Amino acid sequence: MPQAASTSPFLALLGGFIVELRAAGLPVSLTENLDAMEAMQCIPLCDREAFKYALAATLVKNHAHWRAFETVFEVYFSLRGEEYKLLDDGLADNADLSELSEAFSAQRFEGGDDDFMSAEQLAEMLFQALLRGEAMMMRAIARQAVRRYAGMEPARPVGGTYYLYRTLRNLNLDGVLERLMEQVRHDNPQNLTPLGEKLERDEFEDRISQLRKEIEAEIRRRLVADRGVEAMAKTLRKPLPEDVDFMHASREEMMAVRSAIYPLTRKLAARLARKRRHGRKGSLDFRNTIRHSLSYGGVPAEPKFRHPRPAKPEIMVVADVSGSVAAFARFTLHLVYAISNQFSQVRSFVFIDGLDEVTGLFEGVDDIAEAVNRVNAEADVVWVDGHSDYGHALEVFWERYGKDVGTKTTVMVLGDARNNYHDPQAWILKEVEHRARKVFWLNPEPEAYWDTGDSIVSEYGVYCDGVFEVRNLRQLEKFVDNLA
Amino acid sequence: MSFSFADVGAVRKGLADVQYLADEGITGVVYLAERLQKPVLVEGPAGTGKTQLAKSVAEAIGARLIRLQCYEGLDESKALYEWNYKRQLLRIQAERQSNDAESDGMWQHIEDDLFSEDFLLTRPLLEAIRSQDPVVLLIDEVDRVEVETEALLLEILSDYQVSIPELGTVSASQIPLVFLTSNNTRELSEALKRRCLFLYIDYPNLEREKQIVLAKVPGVGDSLADQVARIVRLVRQMDLKKAPSVSETLDWARTLVLLGVEHIGAETASETVNILLKYRSDIDKALKEFASCEEDFEVASSS
Repeated sequence: MPQAASTSPFLALLGGFIVELRAAGLPVSLTENLDAMEAMQCIPLCDREAFKYALAATLVKNHAHWRAFETVFEVYFSLRGEEYKLLDDGLADNADLSELSEAFSAQRFEGGDDDFMSAEQLAEMLFQALLRGEAMMMRAIARQAVRRYAGMEPARPVGGTYYLYRTLRNLNLDGVLERLMEQVRHDNPQNLTPLGEKLERDEFEDRISQLRKEIEAEIRRRLVADRGVEAMAKTLRKPLPEDVDFMHASREEMMAVRSAIYPLTRKLAARLARKRRHGRKGSLDFRNTIRHSLSYGGVPAEPKFRHPRPAKPEIMVVADVSGSVAAFARFTLHLVYAISNQFSQVRSFVFIDGLDEVTGLFEGVDDIAEAVNRVNAEADVVWVDGHSDYGHALEVFWERYGKDVGTKTTVMVLGDARNNYHDPQAWILKEVEHRARKVFWLNPEPEAYWDTGDSIVSEYGVYCDGVFEVRNLRQLEKFVDNLA
Repeated sequence: MSFSFADVGAVRKGLADVQYLADEGITGVVYLAERLQKPVLVEGPAGTGKTQLAKSVAEAIGARLIRLQCYEGLDESKALYEWNYKRQLLRIQAERQSNDAESDGMWQHIEDDLFSEDFLLTRPLLEAIRSQDPVVLLIDEVDRVEVETEALLLEILSDYQVSIPELGTVSASQIPLVFLTSNNTRELSEALKRRCLFLYIDYPNLEREKQIVLAKVPGVGDSLADQVARIVRLVRQMDLKKAPSVSETLDWARTLVLLGVEHIGAETASETVNILLKYRSDIDKALKEFASCEEDFEVASSS
């Protein structure tokens, strides 16, 4: 096996693979690289799964990076060869097509000519394969479907999603799911409970998502064969969940961020609680030391210290929840409430051009995500036209809640400070700062965009103790960590 | 150097013999750990069999399991070694009574003697290193110790040795297989991660969970195990605070066997769901989910 591993094309491929992992943001150190090389010598290279896990175990040390790893792996080490070259779409060119229909012709298509299969026949085979959950069959069908429907052409500058869409549209998987369910109902008409039906549906959905993955893999393989490994890896490169920009995240990326936030809050809470307990060595407690010296015959062998207990801050979150920055406000609220036991009190206010207190929605709720969703639905934040008006929102805040801002209060304002050319009323922030312990402004826009167009962040910024750019989870975590 | 496992398949078989059903990732990493002589850092949700993996590997290769349970405030006297100072005191006192300890030569003698192996109390890490027979070292919940304490582990993990200032360096007589588990409540240091192979154990897929239920729950039928696995998958797909773990799945399956349930309906599921889920809000969600199935049923039957 060492001979196989030391041949240079393989090393070059592995080297490129690691460079690409680093480009995707994974911290791969030199020792880990060497470990991977060493691991390769113990693993039979023909076993693709073992190979993949060996690479993962040595190179990826954080589960959140698994997806990024998998994408790069699929691109670099996918099956390829002549048969994946993009050919003109002659229907008779397929070796596996005949193989496929052979497998089935015995049961279904007696007498059907092997080389030519109609769309209906393919659909029927798909249906049967899904019904029985035959993985090999599904793979073959995925390959066939891509060849037939995706309409891939060499060097065409279209992304993989376009081909995926075309293939899926032709397969009509929703329809297939309905048919499968009907089949199940037909097979056992009397003893199918609703729960059982739901479970069956789950099973089929699972199989269909398997099929989708096969189709995606097939398309990717063909694109790699067409465009080359590096180019493909570059197009597929996506930011890690903690680096996703709140303001420009796609739906899928949002999902990733949302699932990343829960472990993050847990970690943050544990870290802060620990920080409170430790690292706060105070001055010598003379009385206590003498008391404990009694057990050592009057020798102060065990010095005791006073542990100061710093007061927990009160937090007021004032968040802009208008369109573009809503996601940012949601994540920040989520994070602040998740660690709310680090604060003596948390109050939250949301605004667009009107302002509403939403503290009540979070009280006694142990599902924060749910409460955050309710904020969107229930808060009364529109005053005139539903365009952000920081001036008016601050005015309302000052009028109604200004008296509650005290010396222990830390005020956090969340928003991009794009005021739609309304009156900024920055004097209010000055008053708030005067009274509060700290005032922070968190801006989800990149710093380069501040004060361009209708953004007036520095006008408010002069009255804040700090203005921070918070565009992703990494920055948010850092800020909240310093807050408590 | 002989290895306990000839190839990846042997790992799977060895673990299956002791009732641990491993998937491809687990077997691959365990195999590599032995070949490369590297520790394995195991992460994953609670109750997916991280600790059990170390126990099962120990059982499979017939090694002794040495376990170090981590907690906040763990220090080297609990993890590595400690001088048995009571015995040292006794030694000094005995010396004082029998001799005139004023002379320098005598004192030198005592001092050498005091810091010999006779007065050393070995703690799990040192014990694993010094053991003559094969051992599996399990460092459980390593994320509970402080970052500073983590550094204690580094020497042992990379070089399999412990330095004791008074004695010198103790090297391993045989390389133990090391497993570290973490619930990921904090980010472990880069230095620690770099020295380990990383293994993430997630919730098992449908087929594997069913096999686990069949293997671990006596008296469970094939159809019941299948239903259990399917319903657990349904529950895990919901947006929950804490998804049911494998051990909770097993508890649930055991309960159903005890209750003599053959076929799980929505009603049975609702009555026993508190074994799977431990948070009020999660239970409510699950009940709602089951209830919605029930309504469908009424609509369907009336039409």
